[in-house]
Amino acid sequence: MCLAIPARILELDQGSEQAVVSLGGVRKPVSLALVDDAAVGDYVLVHVGYALNKVSPEEAERTLALIRAAGDLDAAEFATDRTGGG
Amino acid sequence: MHDGAMKYIDEFRDGELARRLARTIAAEADPAREYRLMEFCGGHTHAIYRYGVQDLMPANLRFVHGPGCPVCVLPISRIDQAIAMAVEHGVTLCTYGDLMRVPASERMSLLKSKAGGADIRMIYSTQDALAIARAKAGRQVVLFAIGFETTTPPTAVALKVARAEGLGNFSVFCNHVLTPPALKTILSSAGPDGVQLDGILGPSHVSTIIGSRPYDFVPAAFGKPVVIAGFEPLDVMQSTLMLIRQINQRCCSVENQYTRAVTRDGNRKAQALMAEVFAPRDSFEWRGLGHLPHSALRIADAYADLDAELRFPVVPGQGKEIKGCECPSVLRGVMEPTDCKLFGTVCTPENPMGACMVSSEGACAAYWSYGRFRKPKPAAEAAVA
Amino acid sequence: MGAPDRSRPRYAGQLDLRHGAVDMSHGSGGRAMAQLIDELFRRHLGNALLAQGNDQALFRPPAGRLAVSTDGHVISPLFFPGGDIGCLAVHGTINDVVMCGAQPLYLAAGFILEEGLPLAELARIVESMAAACNDARVPVITGDTKVVERGKGDGCFITTTGVGVVADGIDISGDRARPGDAILVSGSIGDHGVAILSQRENLGFETEIRSDTAALHDLVAAMIEAVPEIHCLRDPTRGGLASTLNELAQQSGVGMQIREQAIPVRPEVAAACELLGLDPLNVANEGKLIAICPAKHAQRLLAVMRAHPKARDAAIIGEVFEDPLHFVQMETAFGGNRIVDWLAGEQLPRIC
Repeated sequence: MCLAIPARILELDQGSEQAVVSLGGVRKPVSLALVDDAAVGDYVLVHVGYALNKVSPEEAERTLALIRAAGDLDAAEFATDRTGGG
Repeated sequence: MHDGAMKYIDEFRDGELARRLARTIAAEADPAREYRLMEFCGGHTHAIYRYGVQDLMPANLRFVHGPGCPVCVLPISRIDQAIAMAVEHGVTLCTYGDLMRVPASERMSLLKSKAGGADIRMIYSTQDALAIARAKAGRQVVLFAIGFETTTPPTAVALKVARAEGLGNFSVFCNHVLTPPALKTILSSAGPDGVQLDGILGPSHVSTIIGSRPYDFVPAAFGKPVVIAGFEPLDVMQSTLMLIRQINQRCCSVENQYTRAVTRDGNRKAQALMAEVFAPRDSFEWRGLGHLPHSALRIADAYADLDAELRFPVVPGQGKEIKGCECPSVLRGVMEPTDCKLFGTVCTPENPMGACMVSSEGACAAYWSYGRFRKPKPAAEAAVA
Repeated sequence: MGAPDRSRPRYAGQLDLRHGAVDMSHGSGGRAMAQLIDELFRRHLGNALLAQGNDQALFRPPAGRLAVSTDGHVISPLFFPGGDIGCLAVHGTINDVVMCGAQPLYLAAGFILEEGLPLAELARIVESMAAACNDARVPVITGDTKVVERGKGDGCFITTTGVGVVADGIDISGDRARPGDAILVSGSIGDHGVAILSQRENLGFETEIRSDTAALHDLVAAMIEAVPEIHCLRDPTRGGLASTLNELAQQSGVGMQIREQAIPVRPEVAAACELLGLDPLNVANEGKLIAICPAKHAQRLLAVMRAHPKARDAAIIGEVFEDPLHFVQMETAFGGNRIVDWLAGEQLPRIC
């Protein structure tokens, strides 16, 4: 739901709960009021000028690996499974 | 188009991975049945159309559009009220761009009202509304707050900041709505006469806030699988595959595909903030779905002094839909945009009759902008899909 | 020294360009206005025709057909990364004139100035116009100045009208696209619009992107020399590539199929559009053109464009085909197909 884009934290100021994030070379100030423990270098989802959540690099990698694996599967394998499982 | 400078975005738009996933989906989809998957979230509607994801799906798989477009489900009477606040009470009304062109009653809209002299400002963030309030101490500034649980925490922050700074001229017109009750309504009305669904693609960013736990009722009470899907087209495709597998195996559970941003518990900090400044409404009208109980938020009593509805009472009008506008049915998934008689004839993006055509996530707008004509595929291509 | 310059009245003092501002007297037709014109406009835009000081400029029409175009420029802010309203007004109208294959000859410029506009800013604008005119060798030969009260104009509005001449045998028009033709774009899209948006405070993003505002007459001349059989040329300004392709499709009564992967977009432009929820296809350009030519000439045209400094990133982005519905369709980078529609109204940043 809703347009939220992952961007990298370039600078942050804990006191004011503000950060500057970068996406593809574009810098934007965002509020960190909704996120704890953000650090420079973290990726956060940005929505309407706020960071909503951190993006987990490990999970992102895992998801991509799953997508790659799903694309590598032999179509024939699943033809058999389907008729078997019903 | 460009050289991949956007991490966690570009990788999930990879065309080669898409083609391979499409082959797997085609192989695993059982040709003997149909798959009707509701993509609840307007962001998914937009992504599916913008990237042409439907073209990569087998013919027996259809995406059904859901009501997850907060602009589309906002009742006309609420926009009328906002316009009245600006016109009758002379407030400075701050609104997100999405709402500017939505048709209200009497062929008005926020944009037309602004052209007529009302002080209506487009903002990108609730922080902008706060800044305007600080800069214009003599004027009353109202934030026209809409959105599901993704956009609600930013409003909560604004309320707290306004309270902390003693911004007496700031208030919020709260129209925040909740996802699980809407989902429940759709599923309750599903069936031979209502929308037919085999599975749900759950919203990406609402889920980052509320977590995956609130969707447990879907398999439990309705026997349908849910896969919380990421925002990018590869996420949508992988989630589709996960749903197909669940449907084929006749199991149903809540799965999370968007693990890089969604956890079981969600964003506790945001949830706490929302619990502090908002309270549930007993009932709220949703365009197309009627009055749903406990489906929306109002400002909590402790923050009542910042509630624009109390500060600027406006007699709520009837909110007349334009005759023939089928937005309500499109929102429930029982009609396609092309089933509406006004689609493409009277109702176009230049002259929208209802919110589904104005909002960039609305099914009608998405279909008009992206899918209105599909080039017939030559026989060779069709065989691959 | 020569004969006294009778066309120039003498003024009590010089214009205070550093601290002065435009006031109502500058538009009233009296001495103040004459001084403004002399010391600012004529001084910088100076050329023989303008110096005559008449209400009109006279010139002998050259052989060939005349092309005329006019454009009002109301951009805000007046100064932006990569340019300003002055050079924009020159480039924009030169480009409109050359898109039919014309060689640009002259410009006329009308200014509507808001009371209170600092003269220093006006001077910057006029100097920028002059530089653009000199670079393109297209002088402003006649002009007009009016002043409106404070609050009734956004600082400065400029209308430029351009005149050019089209040689016989050249037939470039929006209705000439034919099925099978190739579609080319001269470089990256969305730069200008993003540069402007980055100056809007409440959008609050910073970027190195500069407007691409440029006069394209020399590029067009080189293109026509190499491929006289070009069918259409148009610059995708407001509304972006999407609107312009749709206009051409409608005018020519054809459909178009383009490929997302082939369209050049700078990474920063793509990123800014992601953040705001905009589509680069709908974002304005001020220094780019679309060319449609018979397929057999496409590679040659591409080579000529890429050899030119204003079109290094030129690309073939698609084909024209027969389509009674005149849609512009795009094969997405993702592999699916979608329509490229033209905007209903101005694209607004969105949250959803």
